[in-house]
Amino acid sequence: MNWNEFFSMGERAFYVWGSFGAVALAITGEIVLLRMRLNKVQKKVKP
Amino acid sequence: MNALAKTAPETQTISAENGVLLAFQRDYRLAMRSRGEIIQALVFFVIVVSLFPLAVGAESALLKRIAPGVVWVAALLSVLLTLPRIFANDYADGTLEQLMMSPYPIATIVAGKMLAHWFTTGLPLALVAPLLGLQFGMGASELGVIVASLTLGTPILSMIGAIGAALTLGVRGGSILMALLVLPLYIPVLIFGAGAVEASMAGIDYAANLSLLGAGLLLGALASPFAAAAAVKIALD
Amino acid sequence: MSIFKYASPSTFYPLAGKIAPWFAVIAAILGAVGLYLGLFRAPVDFQQGEVYRIIFIHVPTAWMAMVIYLVMAAYGVMALTFNTRLSSMMMEALAPTGAMFTVLALWTGALWGKPTWGTYWAWDARMTSTLILLFLYVGYLALINAIDDKKRADKAGALLVIVGSVNVPIIYFSVKWWNTLHQGYSVATSGSSMDPTMRMPMLLMTFACWAYAIAVVLWRVRSIILERESEAAWVANLHGTASLKMSGARA
Repeated sequence: MNWNEFFSMGERAFYVWGSFGAVALAITGEIVLLRMRLNKVQKKVKP
Repeated sequence: MNALAKTAPETQTISAENGVLLAFQRDYRLAMRSRGEIIQALVFFVIVVSLFPLAVGAESALLKRIAPGVVWVAALLSVLLTLPRIFANDYADGTLEQLMMSPYPIATIVAGKMLAHWFTTGLPLALVAPLLGLQFGMGASELGVIVASLTLGTPILSMIGAIGAALTLGVRGGSILMALLVLPLYIPVLIFGAGAVEASMAGIDYAANLSLLGAGLLLGALASPFAAAAAVKIALD
Repeated sequence: MSIFKYASPSTFYPLAGKIAPWFAVIAAILGAVGLYLGLFRAPVDFQQGEVYRIIFIHVPTAWMAMVIYLVMAAYGVMALTFNTRLSSMMMEALAPTGAMFTVLALWTGALWGKPTWGTYWAWDARMTSTLILLFLYVGYLALINAIDDKKRADKAGALLVIVGSVNVPIIYFSVKWWNTLHQGYSVATSGSSMDPTMRMPMLLMTFACWAYAIAVVLWRVRSIILERESEAAWVANLHGTASLKMSGARA
């Protein structure tokens, strides 16, 4: 497996990894924000 | 006190048509009392259209090309600005609640209001538009199509707009929020309306665009009074 | 009927908590396999080269953007017909994820467009309709956040999404019409003659996104339930004794 070839994606690395990266970022962000939201409300309702 | 009953004789039959008629008459009369607002909407229309040559240059070929879109977008924005008038005043002084309690079906009252709004906003815009079209160098047949497309399309704008106005009654940031909700729904009307005029300019058949607008008008007339009435009920509860 | 038992926030809360992790696991597995197949196993495209692989996330995200809005509309109908708080809470939980998928669909579409058709934004029917869909999501979120009265916000939001969903096919049709008139780019994401080695990762990624969305939405609705029912007795009992007491709860 030629990793250099893989990462360069036919010299379109910016577009391919920009896309997959954005998706990864968005998913991580959504989960993190959700975690924060849940923690905040659970703290609020804890007696 | 039933606001509509004041205008109706004792023997008036409670029917759907009468509900629409009475609501129309009332809103029309109220609009005529503040005629200034109607004129202002027209002036706004003219000003916005005039901004475009100032912004893009007065080259006649370019202006002719963008004329249908510019006139239509300006008409859209002008209608948008006048939408609060449909419900806001009645909401503020409690009349809307009383109208809800009238014996006439709420959907008919709302339909009458939509009709009055169109009659005092959309229709004047449609009639003034040819003058603006001339400024942009449009020909006679195209001017006819612009009047037709606006006459068919602006009622739809009033109908969809009434739903948006009802949903945002009394809400913070109401006007801009209403615009945000209503503009995406306006897009099909814009596409077919401006498309009709562009088709006539290109010499191709514009009847399809106009008939789609007509179909939209029918669909809107059947469905939107109920949606808007539901929205009013939600706002008042 | 036992299914209506779960129409109450207090019973749905623990159920959602139990189901969500499963969907998260399914999403992770399907996503991993899909990505592996899509990035390593699927062959290079004859015309587009390697960059076509963006399709494996562009199509699923665009699909989810649309599906989530329709699910919201279904919950909207339930909210207005049955007057159940939980239906509105589900709508509220779905919207941010739907909006996120819409933004991702637009972003990946733009990054795919630049190397393939030379421009980041190509006003074609599908991308333009997706943009309008984003406006619809944003409008819903703006509306429910602007109305302080929760009951009114719920119902207004439900009506808005129902009206919006009726308009979505009209919008798509009109944009398609507009696009053919103006000879815009006709973006074919894939022919029906798609290589099976490409179809499999696409399907897997779509299901992965679906499972992910279910997990995230269920977790979010748990948060929303706690936020809105914070005064209820059953919430106080959550962190007290082990058993969930329903008595006195505004179920």
